[in-house]
Amino acid sequence: MGMNRREFGKLGLAAGMASVAGIPLGLQRAAGQTRGGTLNTIIHPEPAMLVSAISQLQPTLTVGGKIYESLLRYDFDLKPIPGLAQSWTASPDGLTYTFKLFPNVTFHDGKPLTADDVIFSMTKFLPETHARARPIFTRIESAEAPDPLTVVFKLKSPFSPFLGAFDCTTAPIVPKHIYEGTDFRTNPANDKAIGCGPFKLKEWVRGSHIHLVKHEGYYRAGEPHIDEIIYRVIPDAAARSVALEQGTVKLTQWSDIEQYDVARLVKLPHLDMTTKGYEYFAPHLWLELNNRIAPMNDKRFRQAVMYAIDRKALLQRVYFGLGKIATGPISTKTRFHEKNVKQYEHSPDKAKALLDEMGLKPGADGKRITVPFLVTPSGELYRRVAEFLRQSLLRVGIDLQFEGTDVAGWIQKVSNWEYSMTTNLVYQLGDPAVGVSRTYISSNIRKGIMFSNTAGYSNPEADRLFEEAATATSDEKRQELYSAVQKILVEDVPIVWLLEQDFPTFTDKKLKNVTTTAIGVHETFGAVRFE
Amino acid sequence: MRRALNTLASFLRHPAGVIGLVILIGVVVLAIVAPTLFPVDPWDMVAAPFQPPFDGETWLGSDMLGRDVAACIAYGARVSLLIGVSSTLAALVIGVTVGAVAGYFGGRVDEVLMRFVELFQTIPGFILAILLVATLGPSLTNVILAIGAVSWPQLARLTRAEFLRLRSREFVQAAVCQGQPPLSVVLRHILPNAVSPIIVTGSLMIASSILIESALSFMGLGDPNLMSWGFMIGASRSVMRQAWWMSVFPGIAIFLTVLAINLVGEGLNDTLNPRLSRKARGA
Repeated sequence: MGMNRREFGKLGLAAGMASVAGIPLGLQRAAGQTRGGTLNTIIHPEPAMLVSAISQLQPTLTVGGKIYESLLRYDFDLKPIPGLAQSWTASPDGLTYTFKLFPNVTFHDGKPLTADDVIFSMTKFLPETHARARPIFTRIESAEAPDPLTVVFKLKSPFSPFLGAFDCTTAPIVPKHIYEGTDFRTNPANDKAIGCGPFKLKEWVRGSHIHLVKHEGYYRAGEPHIDEIIYRVIPDAAARSVALEQGTVKLTQWSDIEQYDVARLVKLPHLDMTTKGYEYFAPHLWLELNNRIAPMNDKRFRQAVMYAIDRKALLQRVYFGLGKIATGPISTKTRFHEKNVKQYEHSPDKAKALLDEMGLKPGADGKRITVPFLVTPSGELYRRVAEFLRQSLLRVGIDLQFEGTDVAGWIQKVSNWEYSMTTNLVYQLGDPAVGVSRTYISSNIRKGIMFSNTAGYSNPEADRLFEEAATATSDEKRQELYSAVQKILVEDVPIVWLLEQDFPTFTDKKLKNVTTTAIGVHETFGAVRFE
Repeated sequence: MRRALNTLASFLRHPAGVIGLVILIGVVVLAIVAPTLFPVDPWDMVAAPFQPPFDGETWLGSDMLGRDVAACIAYGARVSLLIGVSSTLAALVIGVTVGAVAGYFGGRVDEVLMRFVELFQTIPGFILAILLVATLGPSLTNVILAIGAVSWPQLARLTRAEFLRLRSREFVQAAVCQGQPPLSVVLRHILPNAVSPIIVTGSLMIASSILIESALSFMGLGDPNLMSWGFMIGASRSVMRQAWWMSVFPGIAIFLTVLAINLVGEGLNDTLNPRLSRKARGA
């Protein structure tokens, strides 16, 4: 509401001045530009900290994205565009990367940001604190700063996704003068969250709101447009919908609005909705089958499951159309997706034929086999998915017995391979070498580690193709290798891919430039403005 | 036999009790004929999602996955009654045993057992039930055990009071003097005379068990493989604004069943404890 009052006051002021100076009111507004204003939005759940270089949970990334900036940004096709770096080059052998920084970049405490801060963040800070940045930036053999605005990285061996890892969720720049020689995780400065982004932390009232204000020394002329952002903590889903409906908040992201409410809110005249801005994450929903145990160790069984599930109905009935049917391991949003793979249309008959061929004949009650199913304890949506899958598979004679557990128990069971079937949602992180291969390569079968190859799929040919594709330097070569591996995986069905899940970003119609890159609401928001 | 018929006759003179009995029989019949009435699995997605009630293919509408709400209610009746009755039986077994031992032997034994009962009575029953199910894992047996475990203290206290009252009566003293073993005295002489209030309390306990089960399922702690009323309401909570019928009909089912059992319990109370209830009414 704060914004409304402020806007109103400004209008009055403008009108007063106009009458004095004789300038017709509305000239400034006609240009479609309004400076200032407060963006009220939601953060759910409340993050534990704001330093996105240390914690990578979604709420931390959303707020941290405004505070911390990185060298590059990515358009919707995941092509790099300038961030803190105004230009960059890669040597033809794929070993040397040179970045030129924008001048006059300062941290929130007024100190300048130089190449030293970048080198410190990439080679010291992130490899210690950031689980998904570590395997990428430990490939750096040496980092040099020939001058304060130039950074040169030399890699140990070519790694093609390197240039795709410089967004502000993977590679936020932290101030060297504050962190050098300290314990990064316990440094008291973490509470102040000092970055170089367009907004700085003013106040964080736990359980109520996080208040960010404009960083006056921001390096991009004219940015940020808005004066402040207030992230309100609203734990109840119904209250979040009402807040958006009534205009108390002007922006919602990720799971703020539950799937079933989207259709209703989309119809409201004051709101815009987009599912863009999640391309970098490309959340892939799947049914994970433990490939080690019977009957899931038989390719025919896994194919039968793929045929038995009406994924179109799943998308419509459970996800209210928010997504797309997944056809294989690489999402259409991620680079190197291959669409010419084996298709698994919904066909209970084909499923039954495959199960018959395996010798799993139906008993008197029509059931062929009973398989335990670990229900993913992440809310109601997953429960609906489980119910949907159980009915779909029952029609071909596979009887799923539900097992309930809490989040900790679920992670423990899945990561220690003590499950038969479960559902999971996994991010692809821009490049198959970063977010996709980890689920399928045999070198990543690591007991006790979540989001590794927990299904236990092992295929030397797939291993080889993934490895070569990660180090190949030309995109054509990589496409060729990834296309080949996708064809193999879709034939083998190590995992039953269900959907490419979409998340809705709702914005007030007056709020502009929210979703401009592949990380959407996690982006810096310097260009966000009201009109 | 004649006594039983007399009891029935006097129960039938109790109008509220009869209404309760009729509704209850209706629910029991619904539970029995559910598979005939709705030959498909209640979890099956038989219709288009969000079909409103009273028109089209389903009587009471369909839920977000296109499941038939009427079929779910019929199958839910089986779960509710099964859990209501079996957890009450579990509570009866524990409660009556503990109460009988405490009341019969008295003294130190009574002291120890009653402190134990108080321990349970100080913990809020529903919280304890949640805790038990969450720890043991949500399954039919565990839900029954958890509800039984939180319901028995009331029965234990009641049984103990009855036993204390009857313990000093002449016919009991006579049996003891004849040298009958304690078990025989309890089962043949005291229990038959204490059974009326236990039956009344037990019948009311079925109703509260059904409510606890519904609440547990509502919170997602019911057996995930069973369709129950509480689960239906819990699942429909999020779509309340789109589909009122998904929560209203199972709500009515719970309401009617619990009401019926309470009315029957009232009727039984008046029939089995005429003196007590008359006194209560007089006051």
